[in-house]
Amino acid sequence: MALSGVEIFKLLPKTNCKKCGHPTCLAFAMKLAQRQATLDSCPDVSEEAKKILGEASAPPVRPITFGSGDKAVKMGEETVLFRHDKKFVNPCAFAVEIKDTLPETEMAAIAERVMQSEIDRVGQKLRIDAIVLSNASGDAGKLEAAAKVIASKAAGVPVIISTKDAGAAEAAAKSFTGKRPIIYGVDSSNAEAMAAVAKANKAIVGIAADGLDELAALTEKVKSLGVEDMVIDSGARKAKEIIEHNTLIRRAAIKKNFKPLGYPIVNFMQREDGLHEALVAAIGVAKYASIIVLSSIEKWKNLALFTLRQNIYTDPQVPMQVEQKVYNIGEPKAESPLFITTNFSLTYFIVSGEIENSKVASRLAVMDCEGLSVLTAWAAGKFTASKIAQFITESGVEKEIAQKELIIPGYVAILSGSIEDKLPGWKITVGPREANAIPAFLKTRT
Amino acid sequence: MAFTPTKETYSGKVYSVAIGTGDGPVTFGGENVLPFHSFEGATPNKPVIAFEIQDVPPSDWPENVRKPFESVSGDPVTWAKYCQDELKAAAIALRLVGTHPDRENRSPEDAAKTVKDVLAAIKVPLIILGSNHAEKDSPVLVAASGAAKGGNCVIGKAQEANYKTIAAAAMANNHKLIAMSELDINLSKQLNILITQMGFEKERLITDPMCSALGYGLEYTYSVMERIRLAALTQNDTTMQPPMLGDIGMYVWKVKETQAPESDLPHWGSLEERGIAWEAVTAVGLLVAGAEFLIMRHPKAVAEVQKTIEELI
Repeated sequence: MALSGVEIFKLLPKTNCKKCGHPTCLAFAMKLAQRQATLDSCPDVSEEAKKILGEASAPPVRPITFGSGDKAVKMGEETVLFRHDKKFVNPCAFAVEIKDTLPETEMAAIAERVMQSEIDRVGQKLRIDAIVLSNASGDAGKLEAAAKVIASKAAGVPVIISTKDAGAAEAAAKSFTGKRPIIYGVDSSNAEAMAAVAKANKAIVGIAADGLDELAALTEKVKSLGVEDMVIDSGARKAKEIIEHNTLIRRAAIKKNFKPLGYPIVNFMQREDGLHEALVAAIGVAKYASIIVLSSIEKWKNLALFTLRQNIYTDPQVPMQVEQKVYNIGEPKAESPLFITTNFSLTYFIVSGEIENSKVASRLAVMDCEGLSVLTAWAAGKFTASKIAQFITESGVEKEIAQKELIIPGYVAILSGSIEDKLPGWKITVGPREANAIPAFLKTRT
Repeated sequence: MAFTPTKETYSGKVYSVAIGTGDGPVTFGGENVLPFHSFEGATPNKPVIAFEIQDVPPSDWPENVRKPFESVSGDPVTWAKYCQDELKAAAIALRLVGTHPDRENRSPEDAAKTVKDVLAAIKVPLIILGSNHAEKDSPVLVAASGAAKGGNCVIGKAQEANYKTIAAAAMANNHKLIAMSELDINLSKQLNILITQMGFEKERLITDPMCSALGYGLEYTYSVMERIRLAALTQNDTTMQPPMLGDIGMYVWKVKETQAPESDLPHWGSLEERGIAWEAVTAVGLLVAGAEFLIMRHPKAVAEVQKTIEELI
């Protein structure tokens, strides 16, 4: 459990020297408790206090960087159970399994799909983040050969080497020197040997346990062998167990600060059917998985899973925004209508969706109002006549349209006169208050 | 270190709601834990999925979800029987979209006749939905409630603007009622209170906090549902204890991802599978957030979500 401000205060020098930039040690302790300051700011703190505070202030789910370079994946650091309390920190990684029994051409084809999987959605670049190379053959030579194929065909993509054989892990890890791979498959039979390989290759350990008890015991054991960075698999495979185990793991870490389970979770979600696999993966996205292993990465499935991950991992306190610009809906012609609204993503999605439903090609000018909805932006002085006029003028949209008419949201009807004053030659039309009335509104115009 | 799991016990419980009559009633809700947390409490009933049909042909549905119903959707009775007999629907949700003034503008009497005919043709429970035109829904749902008297149906949706007449009609004819508000836990609570103050029993309510599609605000519905469920369980807030509805199909099958052909957006992959996945992933997201009752369209999406529910219990 995290320490309170007063508990932290007891461990500080209590000199009120101000060297940390805070007026008193108590004030500094309060900031530490809220994680708004770090202990390094105090030059006089004792080693003992550092140790106690360091352990207590470590994040409940250990931060781990998997892979290296610009494709590295950050995991862990989660602080809550429910996304409405605080943003979920590090979006889960999607990994696809490649078995070392596949012909080289097929391995290369999957690697190629991973490399091509990136999609841009609402300004974020989303992709299949990692590859699981599994030792399905049971043969160390095959695993090593497959590792070479993947290291060359999917250069830079973080890799999980999955095997129970420390010798095979060692051979495969050579292809990923300096790339922070995960060596998965550590259980009670091979922990010493596998931990040694992980240590020698600066790899992360992937625990493969059978149940939560064994999982907690194994992380302790591996830690005592000198490996700190781990990802954990409780053995849960069925959706029911995945929810149960992931919930109990996250709860133990967050509510009890139970260190043996304070690691990112890896869930193996492979299913025969692509859609069924997507649905089980969706449960993992919502319920605390840090790495989700898939057997296939069809484009439609990737898009749905990337989108869900983006939805779940958005900051509930910061509205999602879309880029300020004039969007074409359908294929607008010169005489097509021009709407304006704010850049709150939900506003944009609803308005553009209703325009699409109306099947009337249009232009939608989306103005940067820091992600506020229409009424809120208007009340905050961000959606005003002069700002709208400036945006419309600077957008250059008037060169594309036959008739200078702008349709404004019904909620800001009050602005129509002043926009007309500031945009000479323009006709301002008051549109509906609610987006769902847009199809009817467009119907009456034709 | 031995691991002792932290189990939660909650003070509150979701009401179980039974709909339908005779040999086909179904029950959802009733759990005293978060969704699918059967490891620490009781989850007596599975979530229920109703197939959505309409009183008029689904000319506004995208091709990929219209196609499976092509031969039956010209007539609501045939359509309902197909869903019940061939697709093994647990319930049918009849949306009276044809009553919307901007659509066919069908009269409340016409709507009542459709309801009567459909109800007479099926054994599974019936959900009767308006066209989401607050004003027109009042007379339409009053007439529909009367026509379905004795069917123990679900009437929806009562909103802030029209709840009085609709709740009164549902009450008089012994139906269950969907109370819908727009993505806000406080509005949802307030509407449930207003409706129960009329004498409508809260055990007969279903809360619809408003659905959103994957990628189009799903996180809002997700978090409102999760907060409602937590308020019901941890604070024993009885106004938040009715089961929740996810009205998935109508929100999903209008977004671009369910309609844009692969030829336009090659990196989005197969349109047919993408549309089905969009509906199914939205549904699973909301089930995990706390929905006990779903209204969906595509047979494959329903089947796959059903399969996932079986894996979750």
